[in-house]
Amino acid sequence: MRHQATPAWLRLEGLPIIVVFALILGLFMYTAPVVFLHPNIYTTLLSTAPPLILLAAGLTFVIGAGEIDLSFPAIIAFSGYVFAVLFKQYELGWFAVLGAVAAGALVGVVNGWLIARLGIPSFIATLGTQFFWSGMATVLSGGKSYALRGAEGSSVYRVIVGVTGDPNGVAWQDQVSVQAFWTLAIVVFLWFILNRHKFGEHVLFIGDSNDVARVVGIDVGLEKIRLFTLMGVLASLAAVMLTLENKNYFGNQGQGYLLTAIAAVLIGGTSIFGGKATLVGSVFGCFIIWMLEAGLVASGLTGAWVRTVQGLIFLIAIVFYLLVEEPQRREALVARFRRPPAPAPASRIVITSRELRK
Amino acid sequence: MVEDAEFQHIVRMEGVQKYFGAVHALRDIDLAIGRNEVVGLIGDNGAGKSTLIKTLTGVIAPSAGRIFVRDREIEATSFSVGAAHALSIETVYQDKSLGEKQPLWRNFFVGRQITNRFGFIDIAAEKRVAQDILLNTIGFRGAGISVDSTVGQLSGGERQGIAIGRAMHFNSDLIILDEPTAALAVKEVRRVLDFVRRIKASGHACIYIEHNLAHVHEVADRLVVLDRGRIVANVLPRDMNVAELTEYLIDLQAHA
Repeated sequence: MRHQATPAWLRLEGLPIIVVFALILGLFMYTAPVVFLHPNIYTTLLSTAPPLILLAAGLTFVIGAGEIDLSFPAIIAFSGYVFAVLFKQYELGWFAVLGAVAAGALVGVVNGWLIARLGIPSFIATLGTQFFWSGMATVLSGGKSYALRGAEGSSVYRVIVGVTGDPNGVAWQDQVSVQAFWTLAIVVFLWFILNRHKFGEHVLFIGDSNDVARVVGIDVGLEKIRLFTLMGVLASLAAVMLTLENKNYFGNQGQGYLLTAIAAVLIGGTSIFGGKATLVGSVFGCFIIWMLEAGLVASGLTGAWVRTVQGLIFLIAIVFYLLVEEPQRREALVARFRRPPAPAPASRIVITSRELRK
Repeated sequence: MVEDAEFQHIVRMEGVQKYFGAVHALRDIDLAIGRNEVVGLIGDNGAGKSTLIKTLTGVIAPSAGRIFVRDREIEATSFSVGAAHALSIETVYQDKSLGEKQPLWRNFFVGRQITNRFGFIDIAAEKRVAQDILLNTIGFRGAGISVDSTVGQLSGGERQGIAIGRAMHFNSDLIILDEPTAALAVKEVRRVLDFVRRIKASGHACIYIEHNLAHVHEVADRLVVLDRGRIVANVLPRDMNVAELTEYLIDLQAHA
């Protein structure tokens, strides 16, 4: 039952997933050396992976708390719309960014309130708000897309999604995207919140058990509202980056992220049952999801294989963590194939004869 | 610990009633717990033990009646788990007290973390104190348990020890134990009963809810018998041995 003390390097956060990442990377370097031994693929990673990483970071908290948020694609649509309109039509610059973040926070607060105060399961509540806000974005935008031509001249563009060097340069050092640094800073900050802050501790205890969290004095409802608000804000930041990076807003720009972001978090080792969450794992989960997409195509497989392989790796990861890290679940699984247990005795006032003789 | 030298009872309930819709769950409860008293609360399933405890600890509000803490009446409407903690009342629930996947040091401090003013936890300080609780308050030595162990790695008796040790460390004047020995092996039960004795020896009060009469009879100063929402008897263990007590309870049910 008791575990031996493990050496420090084995306790490194997210170690299994980092090893898997290295193996897949090595495989692709072998099958598609032209692509994976060239820096361009990595600068592309740094410019296109940040929205996925921000979403996965937020979901790490949400799933760690034993909840789920299905509404973030709609937040990307709605916040992205708010940003595009304020930025393009009203030329509000940085206030457009603020507006987008406020819109994301609003969706998050509503989600949190439905879940924490009305007690609707998060799966259902966010499924509903997903429809509502993406519908709202379509209605408001009239289904149109917004091209942000000329955005690259603005300070908003340069600061959020610019590059480190000369934008017209061809050397890879010129093409490192600044959103990668923003994302890194946000993830590091969130890591401290999750592992060193009261809020992170509360999230993990809530994920462990809502009852335990209440008994130890955590305001479960309030923390859940904060949790979904954090998710909304992160999704809105992803929306701003995505819209700026594409220099275009379109209503279903968030749809592709639903499964990939959730898959990245679970592949990374955050427990689907809550109570255990790792941001390092989620980031490497994102790298794996992203790399599969690039690598399978570069290795000569058709795009149709990408989702299939991603889905397969997703399932393998979940089964792996289930069996390795949740001994009770493993025992329950094994027990399911055995005889059902004998019924419990009717009365629980039990005195054994041995005790009576004392 | 709340500094207040002059009081007779740590908690006292007077004429407390609780209705759940049409169900009268608690009837005319008058109960007083002395400041260093271990009171065993016994009764069959559905007798109202849990409801009584929840009322006492602010989890649910009574429908009527008065509650006193340290002889001072408290506002039933504003009484919460947090308020009960502030008044040094702590409940150790059967399996709802500890976060299964969390390390012990987090379990000791969750809900009252040592933080800086931005809310970041002083992990080194928490681990240091947790280590001290582990060794000195609970008396876990060797056995491969450290402050970094998760609750999931502990046996049932050790878990009760952790929860009781936490309550003792935070100087809870009243520690409420909700069936701490249920589903434990005999050797584990011994340890838990020793923890209860430690509570008494350290000058705290304890309400001990238990189905197993032999266990509660062994450590309680007084036994309170609850039947269908009513307190039907106060028994001193020296007046009645376990067999007589069992007889009495079976009689009680036979006349239902």
